[in-house]
Amino acid sequence: MNRHSNNINTALIKLHNVAFSYAGRHAACDLNFSVYDGDYLAIVGGNGSGKSTLIKGLAGLLAPSTGEIEICNSLRRKDIGYLPQQSAAQADFPASVMEVVLSGCLNNGGFRPFYSSLDKHKANNWLLQLGISHLSKKSFRELSGGQQQRVLLARALCSASKLILMDEPIAGLDPHAQAEFYHLCATLPLTIVMVSHDLTSALSQATHILHLDTHQLFFGTVLEYQASGIGDGFMGCTHPHGHDASEHKNKPKYQSKGEVESISKNITKSITKCSQSKIMIEDISKSGISKNGEHNA
Amino acid sequence: MLESLISILSYPFIQRALIVGLLVSAAAALLGVSLVLKRFAMIGDGLSHVGFGSLAIATALNATPLAVALPVVMLAAIALLRLSSASKIKGDAAIALISTGALAIGVTVVSATSGMNIDVTNYLFGSILAVSQSDVILSIVLAVVVLTLFVLFYNRIFAITFDENFARATGSRTGWLNTLIALLTALIIVLGMRLMGALLISSLIIFPALTAMRVLKTFRSVTICSICIAIICFISGIVVSYLLSLPTGSTIVLCNIAAFAIFWLVRLLLNQQSFKRSR
Repeated sequence: MNRHSNNINTALIKLHNVAFSYAGRHAACDLNFSVYDGDYLAIVGGNGSGKSTLIKGLAGLLAPSTGEIEICNSLRRKDIGYLPQQSAAQADFPASVMEVVLSGCLNNGGFRPFYSSLDKHKANNWLLQLGISHLSKKSFRELSGGQQQRVLLARALCSASKLILMDEPIAGLDPHAQAEFYHLCATLPLTIVMVSHDLTSALSQATHILHLDTHQLFFGTVLEYQASGIGDGFMGCTHPHGHDASEHKNKPKYQSKGEVESISKNITKSITKCSQSKIMIEDISKSGISKNGEHNA
Repeated sequence: MLESLISILSYPFIQRALIVGLLVSAAAALLGVSLVLKRFAMIGDGLSHVGFGSLAIATALNATPLAVALPVVMLAAIALLRLSSASKIKGDAAIALISTGALAIGVTVVSATSGMNIDVTNYLFGSILAVSQSDVILSIVLAVVVLTLFVLFYNRIFAITFDENFARATGSRTGWLNTLIALLTALIIVLGMRLMGALLISSLIIFPALTAMRVLKTFRSVTICSICIAIICFISGIVVSYLLSLPTGSTIVLCNIAAFAIFWLVRLLLNQQSFKRSR
């Protein structure tokens, strides 16, 4: 799929000053970004930076404590695929692989008590593509962690017709399976939002990066992200100074307005995105921003 | 032996108990698969104690037992479901709170009014004589409703049982289905309580599913097998209790324990075989 779509259409998902909190404490706040049709957004950040919280919020499992998540009218819940982190409750669940994967097809049509042959075909097709069709009659609880992960991925792909939300999709996969997974992502005709620890692959594959550290550190295209240098500290256990939270505090959080603008001149295809970044720089809560996200300055 | 078995069926009270018991245990087994896998098994236990409390109050007020118990237990079912899904109070502690509270209220009300008599023992441990004609009709309706809903929503029930978050994220409305399951559980408990007793009724929900899960590995096979286990255990329980003059409710539970032990042994043997083969 051509991931460099021109982004003139309306955003599938748009967040305005969104914050999520548990028991009064912000897990992620100041979230302002949009996901457009065809985007591949990688959400990066350290442990406890609010990545999983955000993806649960996008999946509709957590309501934002402040702000607003605007979802485009054409994007319905049943168009979304969701790959959650595995829960312990599933570890001893009696279910065959086919039963699990088919449950992704549940909302594809209107109300039907049973799965259609089309659903079964779809499920079989994803099992084949993910290289696990030989497991279809096996019990889910008897599979290895990596095999279970691929089964859940097949289920997510069965339910996704427009957008797929993935929380740590490569967890438990061996290097070969990881490579296959990234190859698959590159060919999927879907908008992708993925939480990832694997920054190298995120940079080489994604179109946009969202970097969190309980608040939004950066949102923009991959090129802007690389130019910003925000990821440098994060890339690295190999970094000479190691990764240290205080490092971020000393650095300016955002690039200066002029810097981002000079980058944006070079990237004509992502003009919309850059204006998003500008909004972020100016601190959206203080500046006057109209509802549709246009910058008034 | 055969004669005595045929003579069992000639008593109207046994006929009634058989019909109600078979339908209630089959329906309980169906709901039990979902409840056990969602870790809501204790809800059944909590509800049965609430049932005892409301029956005691109904007796004290001279009201029809079902008319009081049914709405109270249904309300308690919804409350327990809410408590279990709210993260602030731990679900199991909330259930223990409600169930012991209801038991204490029931015992106090009974002692203050009629005193501990034969009625109270029947509520607690069940009596085969307590099944009335209206129970038969109600249990037929209930069994048909549960079976129909289970067939129609089988895939949805699987989806919310296996992974409720995924079901919600991909557009299933899970709230009403959870409420429906809780309400049907409440109905089954109130209906089966007089036969099985408040202290034993939740075994009909928990045992068949757990037993089937020992050996079987897919949701469909576990569901079908637990209905079969429930029916077989119920019939053998009634027969044994009649032949040996034992209390019905506890004999049925003993049959369920035996079935669990058998399935557990089968699992052990299967494990050993696959271990040998792998060597």
